[in-house]
Amino acid sequence: MTEQANKQDLLSIEDLSIVYEVDGETTYAVNGLNISLKRGETLGLIGETGAGKTTTALGIMGLVPNPPGRIVSGKVVFDGEDLLQMPKEKMRGVRGNRISMIFQDPMTSLNPVMTVGEQIAEVILIHEGVSKKESCRKAGEMLEMVGIPAARAGDFPHQFSGGMKQRVVIAIALACNPDLLIADEPTTALDVTIQAQVLDLMKDLKSRYNTAMILITHDLGVVAQVCDKVAIMYAGEVVESGDIRDVYENTKHPYTRGLFGSIPDLDHSVGRLNPIKGMMPDPTDPPSGCKFHPRCPDATATCAASEPEPVLTETGHVARCLMLQSMVEQTDVNRVQG
Amino acid sequence: MHRFILKRLLLLIPVLLGVSLLVFAIMSFTPGDPAQLILGENAPPEAVAELREEMGLNDPFLLRYARFVGNAATGDLGQSYTSGRDVFDEIFSRFPNTLILAALGVVIAVIIGIPIGIISATRQYSMIDSGSMFFALLGVSMPNFWLGLMMILLFSVNLGWVPSGGYSSWSSLIMPAITLGTGSAAIITRMTRSSMLEVIRQDYIRTARAKGVAENVVINRHALKNALIPVITVIGLQFGMLLGGAVLTETVFSWPGVGRMMVDAIRQKDAPTVLGTVVFLATTFSLVNLLVDLLYGFVDPRIKSQYA
Amino acid sequence: MSQEMTLDPVQGQLDKSPAKGAPKKRSQWLEVWHRLKRDKMAMLGLFIITLVVLAAIFADLIADYETVVIAQNLADRLQGPSAQYWLGTDEFGRDIFARIIHGTRVSLMVGVLSVAIAIVMGGGLGAVAGYYGGKIDNVIMRVMDIFLAVPSILLAIAIVSALGANLMNLMLAIAISSVPTYARVVRASVLTIRDQEFIEAARAIGASDLRIIFRHIIPNCLSPVIVQGALGVAGAILSTAGLSFIGLGIQPPEPEWGAMLAGGRQYLRHAWHVTTFPGLTIMITILALNLLGDGLRDALDPRLKH
Repeated sequence: MTEQANKQDLLSIEDLSIVYEVDGETTYAVNGLNISLKRGETLGLIGETGAGKTTTALGIMGLVPNPPGRIVSGKVVFDGEDLLQMPKEKMRGVRGNRISMIFQDPMTSLNPVMTVGEQIAEVILIHEGVSKKESCRKAGEMLEMVGIPAARAGDFPHQFSGGMKQRVVIAIALACNPDLLIADEPTTALDVTIQAQVLDLMKDLKSRYNTAMILITHDLGVVAQVCDKVAIMYAGEVVESGDIRDVYENTKHPYTRGLFGSIPDLDHSVGRLNPIKGMMPDPTDPPSGCKFHPRCPDATATCAASEPEPVLTETGHVARCLMLQSMVEQTDVNRVQG
Repeated sequence: MHRFILKRLLLLIPVLLGVSLLVFAIMSFTPGDPAQLILGENAPPEAVAELREEMGLNDPFLLRYARFVGNAATGDLGQSYTSGRDVFDEIFSRFPNTLILAALGVVIAVIIGIPIGIISATRQYSMIDSGSMFFALLGVSMPNFWLGLMMILLFSVNLGWVPSGGYSSWSSLIMPAITLGTGSAAIITRMTRSSMLEVIRQDYIRTARAKGVAENVVINRHALKNALIPVITVIGLQFGMLLGGAVLTETVFSWPGVGRMMVDAIRQKDAPTVLGTVVFLATTFSLVNLLVDLLYGFVDPRIKSQYA
Repeated sequence: MSQEMTLDPVQGQLDKSPAKGAPKKRSQWLEVWHRLKRDKMAMLGLFIITLVVLAAIFADLIADYETVVIAQNLADRLQGPSAQYWLGTDEFGRDIFARIIHGTRVSLMVGVLSVAIAIVMGGGLGAVAGYYGGKIDNVIMRVMDIFLAVPSILLAIAIVSALGANLMNLMLAIAISSVPTYARVVRASVLTIRDQEFIEAARAIGASDLRIIFRHIIPNCLSPVIVQGALGVAGAILSTAGLSFIGLGIQPPEPEWGAMLAGGRQYLRHAWHVTTFPGLTIMITILALNLLGDGLRDALDPRLKH
């Protein structure tokens, strides 16, 4: 990738590593992660529970709880500036304003003793320098936009259903018209019918404001529906990333293939699903070499010995697999710099 | 809301009846003959028997209890065996002294306890945190009557700054109020800290931070109100405890309150006064707890909507 | 008791053979102990309590009750601390150190026994209320509410003043006034345990109510009771001292910390040590119990650790 390409990116995460240290035990949550995203683009961040998706999101937001969390290395370049080097005060101006986040569980994400109107108005008041009255009026508008009557601004969170609460959370996140929205499993806690509504709402608002989005999920269907790009995470690393079409149709990494193999498919009648064998490795004691090798159907002796480098297989499609690496090296295609 | 208050007030009646029955039953075990006590040891047996009959002491227990409740409902708690004065009047003339002491004690406890609890929670495991937690534990562990005596020793006997007892000027209030408030301050500190630590971990605090809210606003606006909900219960309980705990503190400082009145009455085996003071303090305690429950509604919207 | 402690909900209690259950059960208590051992403050508390218990056991070896603790020696009254009398003498010339040492017996006895009585009565009531629910629960808990409506120190004062001031009545009074606390704690745990599946399983194989309560439910709510109990002993010792202070507890000349303190009150001006040392002893003992109680709470339920 050239310098030129880097400059176009709204967000570019380079070599990000985050650990949690509890009672002298280190959990390697995110290990040398690379992600990039352009304006208006939607990236699906996929992985099993514990793959480090949420920690990555908190890392971007500067909200990794410290202690026990610690960012060991890397850069999070947002619109040309490294967020990790940014003074706290300035970072606060970015949070909720230029980058917002929607959390997984709408039931617990709202403050029970503040009205939803107050909670939306607060973020406007902080970042837009408007009067209190104006912020309240805008909060009402935001509510209308997510499909809740503005008259309900004076209600408390416990007076809303789960889906309604998530709409409020979305209203808070979009209130200041951010450049980047991070949505951490925004529909997992909701009923299936509500899931679709919330997803449509997010898709609609995103395209209206040209907001870039990172959608964290383990639902491959949702990703196919919403995302332009996708990054598959395993044990704190991105094992495969690229355009959604490339990754879905020309899958390179055995783990990604495993993920697809474990979803039912109505078009092809298969006797039984094909789950990935084994469990996620213990993050306090990750395996040597390729982190996926203990579960990989194609693993060879070398996989346990050396760590794979990210390999560019076609434009914008990167995978981290030793098999691929050796193939590519033979055909003399450039390796991507880690 | 009004209906809720009314309902709670009505529920108070059986509790108070139970309390008075409990105390009445306990006090009826008191050895010694009240008639003899009133007339003196040398009174002729006939006179004692006559007075017993007159006072209704020969009636069955439940009848005597019913008579007590009937009278108490009209504000008549009987006459003191020793001074012959009206117990209800005596309690009411002394109650303001006890109330002011307990109120001041609570104020001191809240002023000290809540800020220290918050600071400890926001700097968990720091020196400030360990230090204040140690002092809080010390405060919980100290017998308050002993603390009172030690303060008298230091500030009255050695330094001569404040009077050691009685009720002469506002400065007489200082030591009893501090004595009374210390234990509660310690309890409130511990409670505030643990409640705050619990709240700080909640998702909505992370949401607030994600909105770009400044850290001190996160604590003071988002976390504090939630953290205070359980603390309010404790404050209410403490206020009630202080009304009871005043018994010891008032004894130490010769404070003319209801607590000392009760201790004096116990020494003189003055059953109507003991009964009256205990029932009175228990009633106040229950009322305070009711007030705290109602106060909840103003802090926690989830409860307010249950009232409606 | 530890054998009963860790009924494994997953095993469903179908197999009660000790050979299978025992090692696992023991290891859980061992783990609690390991966690407790790491808590320096709790260990300090345990150390102090051990000293207090040793003092109570060997009090007679340290000072003779009849000749040193009780006997008056007016020639040496109100002496300050010295090589002969480490903590000085009281208004009757008795060695305060010796009296404090002997005072541990009364404090520990009242503390432990009154809590034991309260746990048996309150725990039983709470278990029955929580287990049966409905009307029984309602009646028991409303009666407990009545007891809770009287500040516990007042209730204790009323009981002792009616029954007369002696050791037995003192223990009874303190126990009765703390019964509602244990009833509430046990009832709350029972309510959470009652509906779990391993209780259903026990009922399904025909276990009687009593058996379920004693073998399944009570062992499962031991943790909160243990913690409450450690703090309760501290509270009972404080109450004893308080009641003795106003003349309703242990009667002179028997050595009791609160009574000693009260005796020295009128000599505060000239003999500070008579009130200071018994009070310090009370404080240190209570502090130790509180440290241990806090440590136990964290060790028994690490999730609650702050």
